[in-house]
Amino acid sequence: MSNQIIQGILLGGYYALIACGLSFMFSVMRIINLAHGSLAVFAAYALWWLASRFHVSPFVGLLIVLPLMAAIGWTLQRFLLERSARGGALLPILTTFGLAIVIDNLLFEQFGADTRSLAPYIGSLSYDSWEWPGSIYVGKLAVIMFATAVVLLGGLQLFLTHTRLGRSIRATSEDPDTAGLVGVDARRVNAIAAAIAMVTVGLAGAFLGMRATFDPYAGAPQLLFAFEAAVIGGAGSLWGTLVGGIVLALAQTLGAQVHPQGFLIGGHAVFLVVLFVRLSTSGLGLRGLLRLPSRSAS
Amino acid sequence: MSAASTSPVIERGTATSRIAAVAVAVIIALLAIAPQFLSAGAVDRMTALFIYVILAAMWNALAGFGGLVSVGQQVFFGLGAYFAIRLADAGLKPFASLFVSAIVVGVVSVPLSLFMLRLRNGEFAIGMWVIAALTHLLVNLDRLVQGETGTSLISLNVYDAGTRRMTIYWLALASMTALLAMLFGLLRGSTGAAIRAIRDNEDAAASVGVRVTGTKRLLFVLAAFGIGIAGALWLATSITFQPKTYFNVQWTAYMIFMVLVGGIGTFEGAILGALVFFLIETWFGGTGVWYLIGLGATAVLFSLFLPRGLWGTVEERFGLRLLPVGYRVRLPGNPTAPADDGTAPSPRQSTQHQEKA
Repeated sequence: MSNQIIQGILLGGYYALIACGLSFMFSVMRIINLAHGSLAVFAAYALWWLASRFHVSPFVGLLIVLPLMAAIGWTLQRFLLERSARGGALLPILTTFGLAIVIDNLLFEQFGADTRSLAPYIGSLSYDSWEWPGSIYVGKLAVIMFATAVVLLGGLQLFLTHTRLGRSIRATSEDPDTAGLVGVDARRVNAIAAAIAMVTVGLAGAFLGMRATFDPYAGAPQLLFAFEAAVIGGAGSLWGTLVGGIVLALAQTLGAQVHPQGFLIGGHAVFLVVLFVRLSTSGLGLRGLLRLPSRSAS
Repeated sequence: MSAASTSPVIERGTATSRIAAVAVAVIIALLAIAPQFLSAGAVDRMTALFIYVILAAMWNALAGFGGLVSVGQQVFFGLGAYFAIRLADAGLKPFASLFVSAIVVGVVSVPLSLFMLRLRNGEFAIGMWVIAALTHLLVNLDRLVQGETGTSLISLNVYDAGTRRMTIYWLALASMTALLAMLFGLLRGSTGAAIRAIRDNEDAAASVGVRVTGTKRLLFVLAAFGIGIAGALWLATSITFQPKTYFNVQWTAYMIFMVLVGGIGTFEGAILGALVFFLIETWFGGTGVWYLIGLGATAVLFSLFLPRGLWGTVEERFGLRLLPVGYRVRLPGNPTAPADDGTAPSPRQSTQHQEKA
């Protein structure tokens, strides 16, 4: 059982990776990007294409795909989200949902219905494991994934607190108009924030491809995982995302123990329980489940 | 100029709208007798169209009038079909089970609304999606459904194919008419004023005494009930029930497409959108994946460049009202100027309040 718990915790690292971009974008631009999961799957396909076509190792491929994702994030914000957000808070939901449909089906058109994986291209890493005391085997990939999540979250935290750009992002997320008064270009800051978010999405997509299989329509479940982890952990810090990811993964692991189909049910159930508790304890009702991760840093 | 003409006139309808009302009655009457002249395939297609109109109108009621964008409305579509299977299995007459099922869906949506309506905007949208995903998984656990293999509404086979087709056609037509009439009555009545007030500014509406949550709940339950009927009717036309097909997010994608294209927050827009979708599906549905890409891209473009949709734009440009649900103030001196009557579509206005954590 302790073995499963450790696996669950490590899987939580993946959920934290995919969730942090979603909550980051929400906290800065107040947009929930429904194409989030589809973009992660897109990144996974890009890496798979590089690996299968040009024999580029997925780790090297990241050097191409992550800048590409950053560019996509910037473009997305400038040409789609910015315009759509001017129409109110509801319109970006529709825009990004439409975008998700376009991405999913373009991937299907291009790559067909077959499930793919990056596992064949990363050598023995996909099945290598370390033996820990108590005859517990932990996959090397799972550990790398978890470590990446910790480094990424810590790096983001440091970036938001200690750099000029990070402070501009936090200022914009607090109050774009006032930030503008003191010389912060909100449009530029938002575009950069979107680019950063997409880089984390690219990383998440890479790990999705390495640890499991994916297909053109794998984006929707990834979006739900990201949202669930972000909401569960949404206590106001980036580290909350990690906690949320771990809770989600542990619930899924537990669910799988109870019933063969319980993996996903366990995850959704814990999300709803957390939601219920949060809603019934916050007296006035809820203004935002995904709170500003930057706030605790200030 | 007489005294009467200098004071503003408040209109609830126009000459056009009175003609339109007659036209609607004629169209419904024609549709009711249409199966006599249509081929079997055409009758099936028309049934599908009625179901699309229900879906669009119900999603529009929720999003366009209630300001609640849900990406999980397929949950009610799936449940409508699932409960119909369950009720028919329990011995209810198949056609009766379709409507009892929708009532059950409506009842189920009440406790769900207590919970979900406290979420805002995007959180509500994805929250509903989670509900749909979870419900799908739970329905799969039912032995009767046999997981993704699915089952079928076998008891419908006691009727011969012709009778079945006609009955479903008339049931779909009647359901569509009844649901649209319900929605129209709701929006034109005193609740309608509350609904539009909430849509335009929730906080301001609450401050003048509008029961915000109660009104939203009404729309939520109505939408659940209507989409439940649509799901049950779809089951009746296709007989087979595979959870994956019914709980597919594609249904919500269709609803969003229809409402966005037709005109979010306009009563006529949803109907127009359903017609447009129906035609596109008829012409391009065979192109498979490109058809879906086209739908998604169109939705993106409309949300960016024409957020009021086709009908919203027409209405704005020409001041045309066919089925007016709001009030219109005509000021003397400039009688043709369409004053803002509250039927203006929502997204641009509904969310002036910034969401702050």
